[in-house]
Amino acid sequence: MTLVLEQLLNGVQYGVMLFLLAAGLTLIFGIMGVINLAHGSLYMVGAYAAAVVAAKTGSLWLALPAGLAAAAAVGMAMELVVLRRLYDRDHLDQVLATFALILIFNQAVTILAGRQPLFVAAPAALNGSIEIVAGLTYPIYRLAVIAVGLVVAIGLYLLVNRTRAGMLVRAGATHRDMVRALGVDIRLLYTAVFGLGALLAGLAGVMAGPLLAVQVGMGEQILIMTFVVVVIGGVGSIRGAFFGALVVGVVDTLLRAFLPGLLRQVMSGPEADALGAGLSSMGVYLLMAIVLLIRPKGLFPAHA
Amino acid sequence: MTLLAIAGLQKRFGGLVATDDVSLEVQAGEVHALIGPNGAGKTTLIAQLIGQLAHDGGEIRLDGERIDALAAHQRVRRGLARTFQITQLLTDYSVLDNVALAVQARQGHSFRFLREARREASLRAPALALVAEAGLAARAGARVADLSQGERKQLELAVALATGPRLLLLDEPMAGLGPAESAAMVEALARLKGRIAMLLVEHDMDAVFALADRVSVLVYGRLVATGAPQAIRDDARVRDAYLGSGDA
Amino acid sequence: MPDAPQRSFAALAGVAALMAALIALPFLAKWAGQPALIPLASRILIYAIAAASLNLALGYGGMVSFGHAAFFGLGGYVVGVLYQAYVGDARVFGLFPGTNQLLVTLPLAMLVSGALALAIGALSLRTAGVQFIMITLAFAQMLFYLFVSLKAYGGDDGLIVRRRNVLFDLDARDDATFYFFCLAAATLVFVALWRIVVSRFGLILGGLRQNETRMEAIGVAPYRYKLAAFVLSGMGAGLAGALMANLLRFVSPDMLHWTKSGELMIMVILGGVGTLFGPLLGAAAFIALETFLTAWTEHWQLALGPILLVVVLFTRGGLHALLARLSGRRS
Ligand SMILES: Nc1ncnc2c1ncn2[C@@H]1O[C@H](COP(=O)(O)OP(=O)(O)O)[C@@H](O)[C@H]1O
Ligand SMILES: [Mg+2]
Repeated sequence: MTLVLEQLLNGVQYGVMLFLLAAGLTLIFGIMGVINLAHGSLYMVGAYAAAVVAAKTGSLWLALPAGLAAAAAVGMAMELVVLRRLYDRDHLDQVLATFALILIFNQAVTILAGRQPLFVAAPAALNGSIEIVAGLTYPIYRLAVIAVGLVVAIGLYLLVNRTRAGMLVRAGATHRDMVRALGVDIRLLYTAVFGLGALLAGLAGVMAGPLLAVQVGMGEQILIMTFVVVVIGGVGSIRGAFFGALVVGVVDTLLRAFLPGLLRQVMSGPEADALGAGLSSMGVYLLMAIVLLIRPKGLFPAHA
Repeated sequence: MTLLAIAGLQKRFGGLVATDDVSLEVQAGEVHALIGPNGAGKTTLIAQLIGQLAHDGGEIRLDGERIDALAAHQRVRRGLARTFQITQLLTDYSVLDNVALAVQARQGHSFRFLREARREASLRAPALALVAEAGLAARAGARVADLSQGERKQLELAVALATGPRLLLLDEPMAGLGPAESAAMVEALARLKGRIAMLLVEHDMDAVFALADRVSVLVYGRLVATGAPQAIRDDARVRDAYLGSGDA
Repeated sequence: MPDAPQRSFAALAGVAALMAALIALPFLAKWAGQPALIPLASRILIYAIAAASLNLALGYGGMVSFGHAAFFGLGGYVVGVLYQAYVGDARVFGLFPGTNQLLVTLPLAMLVSGALALAIGALSLRTAGVQFIMITLAFAQMLFYLFVSLKAYGGDDGLIVRRRNVLFDLDARDDATFYFFCLAAATLVFVALWRIVVSRFGLILGGLRQNETRMEAIGVAPYRYKLAAFVLSGMGAGLAGALMANLLRFVSPDMLHWTKSGELMIMVILGGVGTLFGPLLGAAAFIALETFLTAWTEHWQLALGPILLVVVLFTRGGLHALLARLSGRRS
């Protein structure tokens, strides 16, 4: 039972990371209508900036602002130089232009930081584990990640639902032309939303440092998952991104944790492990396909 | 003889009832005008009739047969055709292509892969005749993207006619036309009158009174009156709801 | 502007010249002492088949599939699995024997990929827009992970096809021979695509790309035509995958990776979306870029990225449009 609980927490923690990326991606798509494959690159930029600063200074508390600033700066530059030209283009152009950005970012980072993965230690204050229920000790760092994610989710909810800027964002997601007609400086709104999305992606990247190896390609791996989340949740919907992220995070984690074991009951060890790994990787895609077949616009469509 | 019979038709968009319990008949050969202020639900009604919007209640019969479960393309095969208020044309194709494709669709399935469709006389000849009838002969080879608004409206009608309809659903065919183009459109519709039944949505009252056998008035999704043009013109409720509003 | 008969004569002459050049290529390469150009040219032809097939769905039909690597890779695996059974004297799924006959493996690859495209397309075409892009990606990812996990077919490492398939007794070990197989296949595919896009079916497909509402209103059922185009497109990609497995004498999940779908899309857009020869130009440009840039730097994608970006942002219609503009200026 504690094993299941532990994996559930792992799933929530993964889901929270996915949410940080998905929230930005879904707003960017909902408001600007742009499919941004390079969103994962911002996550990578945040992770690398933080890892490098942490290695130089030894302090993750300095690494955090560095990662956020790098991701936000790169994100805004990306919006100004490239994405702005894509708002009125079709999906194909958007996919390819941002695919090109991925190639550029990956190679640039390889040249700057090398091919070797970087490892980052969690800050001392968050090291170690605590016992949350009898028999289950859980890493404090992961709990902190979950907490940060939930705080961001609540903050975003308040921002989007309780402030004037949020009202514009919501209106922008459902009635793009109306917001334009209201005479709102749409460019400023776009850049701000993009900056916010980049900031959140950078935050996810910084937090991923102590959990994963920081390496080229980390962006694409999580990007595809993030798209799954956005599409399951409903494009343009923060609420959808939140629930979608938790569902995807938990389903993916549980499948990976338990499917090989279940298969081992019916076949030999190595084969079960290989098949289990493959099938559990397929799980979320299957989930997404099923959701789309039942609700072609996702669970919480913003453009109702 | 009743060609189209609508009973209790309804469409909701969230809380908004766009068509509310609409019942209406169109006789064979009749020109039945449908008027009403902007947002009354006229376009919605046409989309429901052709099957491009699912209805939330009521029934539609063509020649006494229920057609409301059929998909749009099946209803077109049964003799319904529509034009669009905001033109919906294949803008990368030529004028002739647009019409020829409708002729092609009428001839059955298009799972034919070998012959070059633009050289098939059985498609091009009837299409060319329709294009000429629409007064677009000189523009037959032009890309639709290069057409004027008036030419597009004429092409809309030619494409609809190419499907061989028994009932034409016309969504504001005169909207956006200049006086001369409007007159030409009225004349074109007058030529069709008697051969093809029409449900004519139009704001141009001169056109409506010149063409219509009967007029129905739709306000906020509800049908408030149906009758002969003269009677509708004199109906106080209609004046209040519509003609008096200065919308015409 | 030249009139129609003149233009079609010019087009015919252009195609004839292209064909002559492609036939002469292996002889010229050998004569120039550059035999390595021959497999390179085969690679271009194979990618041209895949990209042109994708272009039928994407360029002509407006279906932005981000999952064509699935059909490409599956076609490759058909060759690999049949070969594995053939040399191991085993039965595929315990049902039928393996083979190394090109005239069996290629059509079978097309059939299997087409069947997969039928299944994926039937489901995916219920969505549109970004959802369609993502669901096709999702299905391709499923297939990728499936093959990664299938140890019987080599898992991550893939399958080695020690010797290329044969055409009756004709061995394709010689690169030039195999090149001519590829050229024959590419010719067939391009002729077929050319017929398809000007046929009744092709015009319907183009109409659906431009305006589905309009097509419904003239009595066309969009779904079945889009699905048919998607299946044809998948079959072409499967053929290309089968040829690629022969060229490389190797298949692996790499062929199913989502970046492969991206590369095929890049070739289409580099060359010119919705044009017959655009994908050939795009494949040639992509492979040439890859080859020359890799020789120059291991970070070749750093150069590819900006080139691609410039093509997408600033050229309308890719290389095909560029060539048309240049030749238009000349005449
Ligand atoms: N797809 C839709 N979603 C939500 N509301 C719609 C939609 N289409 C139309 N409406 C609303 O339904 C009402 C009727 O619209 P419409 O049929 O276009 O009116 P008309 O053609 O008479 O001007 C309007 O209030 C319009 O805003
Ligand atoms: Mg209207």
